[in-house]
Amino acid sequence: MSEALLTGRGVETFYGKIQALRGIDFDVRKGEIATLIGSNGAGKSTLMMTIFGTPRARSGTITFEGKDITKLPSHQIARLGIAQSPEGRRIFPRMTVLENLQMGATVNDMAFFEEDVAKIYKLFPILEKRHTQRAGTLSGGEQQMLAIGRALMARPKLLLLDEPSLGLAPIIVRSIFSAIKELNEKEGLTVFLVEQNAFHALKLAHRAYVMVNGKITMTGTGKELLARPEVRAAYLEGGH
Amino acid sequence: MEYFLQQLINGLTLGSIYGLIAIGYTMVYGIIGMINFAHGDVFMIGSVVSFILVLSLGLTGGSGPFLIILSLALVVVIAMLIASVYNWTIERVAYKPLRGSFRLAPLISAIGMSIVLQEFVRIAQEGRPKPIQAIVTGKYELLERVNDQGQFIVTISNMQILIIVCTVALMAAFTTIINRTSLGRAQRACEQDQKMASLLGIDVDRTISITFIMGACLAAFAGLMFFMYYNVTDFFVGFLAGIKAFTAAVLGGIGSIPGAMLGGMVIGLVEVFWSAYFSVEYKDVAAFTILAMVLIFMPQGLLGKPEVEKV
Repeated sequence: MSEALLTGRGVETFYGKIQALRGIDFDVRKGEIATLIGSNGAGKSTLMMTIFGTPRARSGTITFEGKDITKLPSHQIARLGIAQSPEGRRIFPRMTVLENLQMGATVNDMAFFEEDVAKIYKLFPILEKRHTQRAGTLSGGEQQMLAIGRALMARPKLLLLDEPSLGLAPIIVRSIFSAIKELNEKEGLTVFLVEQNAFHALKLAHRAYVMVNGKITMTGTGKELLARPEVRAAYLEGGH
Repeated sequence: MEYFLQQLINGLTLGSIYGLIAIGYTMVYGIIGMINFAHGDVFMIGSVVSFILVLSLGLTGGSGPFLIILSLALVVVIAMLIASVYNWTIERVAYKPLRGSFRLAPLISAIGMSIVLQEFVRIAQEGRPKPIQAIVTGKYELLERVNDQGQFIVTISNMQILIIVCTVALMAAFTTIINRTSLGRAQRACEQDQKMASLLGIDVDRTISITFIMGACLAAFAGLMFFMYYNVTDFFVGFLAGIKAFTAAVLGGIGSIPGAMLGGMVIGLVEVFWSAYFSVEYKDVAAFTILAMVLIFMPQGLLGKPEVEKV
């Protein structure tokens, strides 16, 4: 539980002249669900993409299983065993649901495809019903499930989830979060979760980071942060 | 009616050649959003290389059918290989460094590469047209009509059969690759969202290179067929054929592969029918009028539909 799978030290990312990440330190430990919460524009998604080298960190280092991946091309990072369900879902709209899942299995050359796709369909039964449908015609919630399913097809050691709850009905959010929990508990999948929906995220996560303006301002267990008045004031009150 | 049928056969033959070239334009546009204006000249390279090979093999119309088929198979493989090397290099040297630059930059670079290729071949091989004896000869008479205006026979030559059959086979193989293999899936993924494709472990640069190579193979094949159909080639054939194939790609819906095939056929038919019923001098005008009309009234083309996506 304590061995760090992914670590970042002093990570700084720029968009042109604008600095988006201002020296981020973080760890994601093997087998845990870590979460990163923060308001819109804090830099959460930037961190997710920086882990994949797109955009590339201008300074600092990111290591995965002890290997420096800061300067690695994105597709090689994926091949090390990190998968992402990114901001905006980014499913391939003109491909079928099945083809999207096949794309997810790129890194293991479709070796476990039948077995894995059955698992995804069990996790998200609606995808099986829609498997020949073009992904662009799915509803938002279905697209989100597809994005997560596609990431899981890679059999990742680490799953990066960027705002899986965005724009979804509460009942779907609940089913997605319970799916994440199940994967973590039953399969020991390590998850790094970015959320604006702080309440759900903090309840789910073992450890959490709070990001404000490109900096980590607080860290602790999910329960600790849930109890903190400043977290409640900033991210929870008025919410759920 | 017989006259019409004859033009239909001629048009489909020419359309096959345009269609094969058009696929190269449309695929490259689909994946990196630029028009590879040097593509017509890659077709020219394919055609000139075929010419050189046919001469060095000493192939003539008098060679036995078995020898002709074997030699042509060899010629097409080598021509594809050489055209691929050219197109791959062009992408690496002239387009890749400009990716992420302003949109016009690679386009200008492409026009430059087109001139480079033309001038290179003109200087290396001389500018004179290079004629050759017909190699695939013979034809079938399909229909015959005799009336007071005289006799008219509808024929299809072995060369036309060869072109149409090979084109259909190539396009079928190609469509299978795009729709059914992991390589084709990777290409379509890069076309839709390059960044996401790379997050899934796709080597985007490699996929783009392969796309250029596939386009070059089809263009080289078209180059060989073009040269054997007209029995002549030179350093400039890529210009007009290239622009017409580009027109075909736009007509079919740029980015759409079935569209490029369909567009090629339509342009070939229009050109031939125009020549047959109106005037040969204005056949290019007819083809390019279509380009202008499509751009004005139907910019998305015949099969290129703007996708409605949920956000």
